[in-house]
Amino acid sequence: MSNVNKKAAPDMKKRPKIDFKIIGRILSYIKGKYRVYFLIAMAGTLISAFASVYGIMFLEELIDGHIAPLVETVLGGGEADFSGLLLALVKIAGIYVVGIVGNFTCSYIMVLISQGVLKKIRDDMFFHMQTLPIKYFDTNAFGDIMSRYTNDTDTLEQMIAQSIPQIINTFLTVTIVLIAMIKTSWQLTLFMFFTIGCMLLITKYIGGKSGKYFMAQQKSFGKLDGYIEEMINGQKVVKVFNHEEVSKKEFDELNTELRENAKNANKFANILMPIMGNLGYLQYVLLACVGGALAISGAGSLTIGGIVSFLELSRSFTRPITQVSQQINSVAMALAGAGRIFNMIDEPSEVDDGYVTLVNAKYTHEGKLVETKERTGMWAWKHPHAADGTVTYTQLRGDVRLTDVDFGYVEGKPVLHDVSVFAEPGQKVAFVGATGAGKTTITNLINRFYDIADGKIRYDGININKIKKADLRRSLGIVLQETNLFTGTVRENIRYGKLDATDEEVEAAAVLANAHDFIKRLPKGYDTMLTGGGANLSQGQRQLIAIARAAVADPPVMILDEATSSIDTRTEAIVSAGMDSLMFGRTVFVIAHRLSTVQNSDVIMVLERGRIIERGNHDELIAKKGKYYQLYTGAFELE
Amino acid sequence: MIKKLLKCVREYKIYAILTPLLVAGEAAMDVLIPYIMSKLIDNGIEKGDMAYTWKIGILLAFVCIVALAFGMFSGITAAKASTGFASNLRHDMYYRIQNYSFSNIDKFSPASIVTRLTTDVNNVQNAFQMITRVAVRAPLMLIFAVSMAFSINAKLSLVFVAVIPILGGGLFLIIKKAHPIFEKVFKLYDKLNNVVAENLHGIRVVKSFVREERENKKFNDVSSDIYKNFSKAEKILAFNSPLMQFSMYFCIILISWFAAHFIVQSGNNPDNGMTTGLLMTLISYASQILMSLMMLSFVFVMITISRASAGRIVEVLDEESDIVSPENAVNEVKDGSIVFENVDFSYAKDKNKLCLEGVNLYIKAGETVGIIGGTGSSKTTLVHLIPRLYDATNGSVRVGGRDVREYDIKSLRDEVAVVLQKNVLFSGTIKENLRWGKEDATDEEIKHACVLACADEFVETFPDKYDTHIEQGGANVSGGQKQRLCIARALLKKPKILILDDSTSAVDTATDAKIRKAFREEIPNTTKIIIAQRISSVQEADKIIVLDDGKVNDVGNHKELLERNSIYREVYTSQQKGAME
Repeated sequence: MSNVNKKAAPDMKKRPKIDFKIIGRILSYIKGKYRVYFLIAMAGTLISAFASVYGIMFLEELIDGHIAPLVETVLGGGEADFSGLLLALVKIAGIYVVGIVGNFTCSYIMVLISQGVLKKIRDDMFFHMQTLPIKYFDTNAFGDIMSRYTNDTDTLEQMIAQSIPQIINTFLTVTIVLIAMIKTSWQLTLFMFFTIGCMLLITKYIGGKSGKYFMAQQKSFGKLDGYIEEMINGQKVVKVFNHEEVSKKEFDELNTELRENAKNANKFANILMPIMGNLGYLQYVLLACVGGALAISGAGSLTIGGIVSFLELSRSFTRPITQVSQQINSVAMALAGAGRIFNMIDEPSEVDDGYVTLVNAKYTHEGKLVETKERTGMWAWKHPHAADGTVTYTQLRGDVRLTDVDFGYVEGKPVLHDVSVFAEPGQKVAFVGATGAGKTTITNLINRFYDIADGKIRYDGININKIKKADLRRSLGIVLQETNLFTGTVRENIRYGKLDATDEEVEAAAVLANAHDFIKRLPKGYDTMLTGGGANLSQGQRQLIAIARAAVADPPVMILDEATSSIDTRTEAIVSAGMDSLMFGRTVFVIAHRLSTVQNSDVIMVLERGRIIERGNHDELIAKKGKYYQLYTGAFELE
Repeated sequence: MIKKLLKCVREYKIYAILTPLLVAGEAAMDVLIPYIMSKLIDNGIEKGDMAYTWKIGILLAFVCIVALAFGMFSGITAAKASTGFASNLRHDMYYRIQNYSFSNIDKFSPASIVTRLTTDVNNVQNAFQMITRVAVRAPLMLIFAVSMAFSINAKLSLVFVAVIPILGGGLFLIIKKAHPIFEKVFKLYDKLNNVVAENLHGIRVVKSFVREERENKKFNDVSSDIYKNFSKAEKILAFNSPLMQFSMYFCIILISWFAAHFIVQSGNNPDNGMTTGLLMTLISYASQILMSLMMLSFVFVMITISRASAGRIVEVLDEESDIVSPENAVNEVKDGSIVFENVDFSYAKDKNKLCLEGVNLYIKAGETVGIIGGTGSSKTTLVHLIPRLYDATNGSVRVGGRDVREYDIKSLRDEVAVVLQKNVLFSGTIKENLRWGKEDATDEEIKHACVLACADEFVETFPDKYDTHIEQGGANVSGGQKQRLCIARALLKKPKILILDDSTSAVDTATDAKIRKAFREEIPNTTKIIIAQRISSVQEADKIIVLDDGKVNDVGNHKELLERNSIYREVYTSQQKGAME
């Protein structure tokens, strides 16, 4: 959250603006059956607005048409007959009922629409996020993305569910009221426009002030939030350095700044309503006097009932406008949030032009590789050739070759230079080197999280650019330092590697990963719920589950990226046993900064600033007395 | 709970009291206006008396301006009171947190503290403002308007007696039905956010296993749930506005019907009772009364929502620090000697869950002591007892010959510097970070500390040298550099005891040795305690403590331990394996 505030801070000086393009975009979500709903809701609003205006106009009829004549009759000594009034009241009651039904229809249907639109936007956002390239996640802060699902969606929710229906309602009501007012007295209407104009000017002024302070408040809030977050996360350091007093002082400064801005923002927001409300009354008074003068002078054929109903109409005209004007700032905020959401939805998806796919395969009696429907445990790359329309099959073996690969995350800043690595099926290839040397980058390229700038990567002899990304990744297992377990049972977490794995397969994978024993000892065994990324387990146990998850997928190629780095040496013994059985018979890429993990690799690549500076097996590199030797003897810093 | 919170209003009390008073004034004016309006209609317009019309018009305008003034000032005082109150709340919470001990800190997660200080305080601030304004205004309006209506025409006002329970009951039912569903929706939101957060953190796993579809389904399940429940709740709320309209229309029709009779009876003469002007006034009151009820229900919901936030805030304020300086505390630490006598320790203060058991140690001032042991052997716990970051459950920890519980905490910690395992640098320049050790440290002192910690050599290579900006958490320096800066920061305190908790793990062995040499030569009188994974970091120490599962397994120097201690030997050989080959 703090990230967002910090980032957005520079353009927060001015008051918020309404972006009509975004409104259009939101409205474009109303389609299909929702469009019909929307029309019905509009009709409901219209009916309701008509009924309420009619009700106000009825006051004129009540006073001029019924009460006044009755009073005269009685004063003239006659007998009052209330049957006419009764009839009129029954009639108006009928109209009211229609109005209420219209109102209810509208409110009810708007719920369906607004919730439907919100769900669609939310789903669009998440579904689209799934298609985004890793680059997006690497370049956008976690809090930044997260806030679109929380803050931005919240404010949008408020706006769609409340402000938009209200604005539409206001618009319709005000239009009808205006027509009714002109019908009653165009002179008074004209006069009223003058006062309304004054009111709008005041709103604009105060609203502007309030908006400005509102932005300032958000900014101070972001600053304070960032400060609190940093200090609270380092609270133990604060304690051991007796830094509490300084921290309090710095906090107080930010807190005071926030208070001042919040005070002003609230002040202007608070005074807007009484000002508008009472100006409404003043207008009412003025109208009464002017209307009275008109009625008394006989100009404009105004009656008492006419004035009374015009006065009520004028209230119905200004009240909704006041209410809507109060919401302008929050609407602008919501639109800004919606803008961020749509930005994400508009991010280009990961492109995949791969056409080589992974299929189940078997050998025929003649020794020919063919595609089959059933799961044989044997896989093949299905390679259609556009030129002659033929299809060839290549057995999935796990042979990965990088030839002269160059790559940089940002153009002009190369991270890898001329990297060549040949990994034959079953071989274990290790990468060592300092942070930033480019170890992880190489694995990012193999599974095409990023695409290489120059050179070639071939998988079983096929250029990986031709392979469908999903199939390429399916053929590569990965275990990272961050285990990233998901909320769910242990079993579900292991099954993540192969969704149709049977319970037996899951347990077999756990046995292989050396995880079975401890899982059995958990309160509910494989059905133990994991929450908070497996916070109830030790780091080593989490890693064992992650290994089992990779094992159940049974891919021919494994990438282990610092998988044991955050585990102490004792636990590592248990984990590495699991790791060893996982690696058996597979092509494995290992990245580790603890060299004991990589010693038994077939080949070790030492990376420095994106180049492979040494390669060979452990003994060869030790004998060479080069960088690896230095690293191994601890004479060189790794991190 | 409320009482505890209200204490934080303090200097804004005057505004907090003024606000409801001003609001009451505004409400009174608001109720007065329709009444005066009836005079204007009945005696002015109806009778064609223009002079009277203007007279009453000016009176009305005056009342409006008074109402406006009340409204504006109450808005201002409410803003001052609520934001001041919120600011005091944050202040009190933050100050309280600064007094927390480590075990207090362990109780709350940092994220939860941040939420309490931000979102929760905001909720309470809004509720507070709401209470001082709307919660005062709505019932007052209701009472004023009803009594005015009764004074105008008691019989007609019976209509309100009929309608108020209908609307009130209806609103109550709506809230009662909808509120639990909203609570459920909030929980679902947490679930949804959890799915997104896990997905974001584990995006590499999701993509590697090609599980995008599955994640989509997971998300869709929750978002559908939210849709269903939210719609359900909102559909109930959809009854709000029609119910309101119904009540209003009901009033208008009944008032019109009966008022017509009364007006006919009185001959529309103000002196005889009911008039058309008063009819209008009653309709205005009807709208004021019903609106007030609506606002009341709104306030009620707001308060219920903010109650949870208030609870979370009070939790922070109520948390008592379990480590405080005693009365007549000792301010001076004589020397850097340390004694552990039969020390047991448990984080849960539970005898059956001991992390340290029967620890006895004697460390002389100026000694260098190494601590070796696997994870979970409580190395960190042991050293945390020395600057009294935690209190021993049993037994006594003595520094400079006195129990640590006798010292003033600040004085003790000034003399015992700890470089924590999970150490952090803060955003700011290198200099600013180092000055944490000594606020008024000169540039020379800073440089000297950095030379000792072998940090000077790389700091000097930065373009801005000691003014280089460090990003939050020290993200722009390497692990080894960060550790060396943290050591320098601790050295600036010129402590009598220096504790390094695995603080050189990312530093290469050569530099590590250089740092230790500097310690030996430059600060010989400081007691140095070094926790390390690498034997090489501790082998020259005067004594080495081997910890195993919370118990002292052995104490001795490198040579002795190598001879007699199996754990030590095991660790040693595993680390020497490479070099021997």
